[in-house]
Amino acid sequence: MLAEALRSGDRTKLPGRRHEGWRWTDLFGALTTVPPLNPERQALGSWSVPIALDGVVVRRFAAPIQGGVEHVTLEVPAGDHRVVLDLIEAGQGRYVRDLAFDFTLGVGASLERLVMIADDADAVSVATTHVQMQARCDFAQTVLASGARRQRVETHVDHPGGAGRVRLDGAYLLAGARHADQTTVVRHLGRDGESRQLVRGVVAGAARGVFQGRIEVLQGADGTDARLAHNGLILSDRAEIDSKPELEIYADDVACAHGNTIGALDEDALFYAMSRGLPEAEARRLLITAFVGEVAERIRHPGLRDQALIFLAAQAEAFDGEGR
Amino acid sequence: MLKIDNLHVRVGEAEILKGLSLSVPTGEVHAVMGPNGAGKSTLSYTLAGRSGYEVTDGTAQLLGDDLLALNASERAAKGVFLSFQYPLEIPGVPALTFVRAALNAQRKARGEGEISAPEFLKKAKAEAANLKMDFEMLRRGLNVGFSGGEKKRMEIFQMAMLAPRLAILDETDSGLDIDALKIVSEGVNALRAADRSMLVITHYQRLLDHIRPDRVHVLAAGRIVASGGPELALELERDGYDKYGKAA
Repeated sequence: MLAEALRSGDRTKLPGRRHEGWRWTDLFGALTTVPPLNPERQALGSWSVPIALDGVVVRRFAAPIQGGVEHVTLEVPAGDHRVVLDLIEAGQGRYVRDLAFDFTLGVGASLERLVMIADDADAVSVATTHVQMQARCDFAQTVLASGARRQRVETHVDHPGGAGRVRLDGAYLLAGARHADQTTVVRHLGRDGESRQLVRGVVAGAARGVFQGRIEVLQGADGTDARLAHNGLILSDRAEIDSKPELEIYADDVACAHGNTIGALDEDALFYAMSRGLPEAEARRLLITAFVGEVAERIRHPGLRDQALIFLAAQAEAFDGEGR
Repeated sequence: MLKIDNLHVRVGEAEILKGLSLSVPTGEVHAVMGPNGAGKSTLSYTLAGRSGYEVTDGTAQLLGDDLLALNASERAAKGVFLSFQYPLEIPGVPALTFVRAALNAQRKARGEGEISAPEFLKKAKAEAANLKMDFEMLRRGLNVGFSGGEKKRMEIFQMAMLAPRLAILDETDSGLDIDALKIVSEGVNALRAADRSMLVITHYQRLLDHIRPDRVHVLAAGRIVASGGPELALELERDGYDKYGKAA
């Protein structure tokens, strides 16, 4: 919907409150005008990620000057294994971008993907991924987000079942007045599919985190085993997390679980760490990093996992001095 | 080492410590015994600097420094260590990482350099062996999935690594079976030193069979009501706390 608005310049096409699923990420309200599309991009940011990471396809996406629409496809042939790091890089100012990814996995293919998205605090940025899987595919994704004026990473997976596995994880660490939305839709189409999701978020200042996780188990998709957990930490009175886990089940014999918890930093754990000598700021950082670090620990590729941990540690560092 | 004078502490609306005075000379091990509700945990949390424990009167000094003016991490850097009755689980932080971060933070606060990784690892391996701990446990999330005995051993391991001046052991015997109690006590005894003092806080005399105190104090209704040698612990075991009055 954002791409359509950017292409046509028609602001009324922007998704907003009146659209189901965009209630908490209102782009119509955030943008009084739609910026023109331009082919130029801003310079790539300075990610500390090595261009060559062993066995990993690293793709960098620069921010547009004003408006940008991009469509990227990836096909993983049958039986192949790919590891992809998508760096969606920050530009400067009030740019608006829409990135669309289409992944197709052949029979028995596997794909592990890490998305790290950084944006300017004034930007509006949406990245949407659609994944088509065949039998015996393995798709694992981790999205790490630090927010923008409005930022959304949306992932749709059609899961054919069989011996296929899906992992859709995410973490967001938001400071200032940043906003990040992680939305996932997993559709179990066939028998005996497995899906696992762990999303963790931390919000400080006047930031807002949004999580929408939808699992659909269609008729006939018996034996589905789907689990989703979202855990949020709110560090300040002005910060907010909105979450909506949804289960829609049309099959009889399924195991589905969703857990959703939102709380404050554990004061007992904080005192424990401080009593061992960690200054308060360091103790907080340690607990926050550990909390979101569990998401990174689920990444199988060691190089990718390290990059994720570095990203999260850097974000946790940014919480220092944030109003709590 | 530790000098507490007329300490009054409120928790919420309730005054828990009501003029507690206590001195622990350098190198000595003192036990504080008392019935439930006497203020034992309040004493240990107040000394360690937990928020919510409001000191309304009195002083507490460590080697002449005002402890009450410092926050919890500053007290740790000065050499205060509290072994928790219920150690916290910290998922995602391996014990080794946690202890190394704590040790280096303390050293930094004291103006000392960081401990090198090989030196730290060597020391950690030696201390873990002393406490008969599986070293692999130290690579897992701190205390996550540990039994009560394992958690207490982990506390003593941290105490050994951090080498405090004053160790406060809060109900260290709770939740320990006899074998674990022995290992933990041996670990504590190995850390007795001429320049280190300990305050062993316990409800039962049992622990003091293993960790022999130089002095025993009775805490009842927020103050020290009796002090004596190790024989006082035996007397309490025999007669109970009744003669010191019911807890507040």
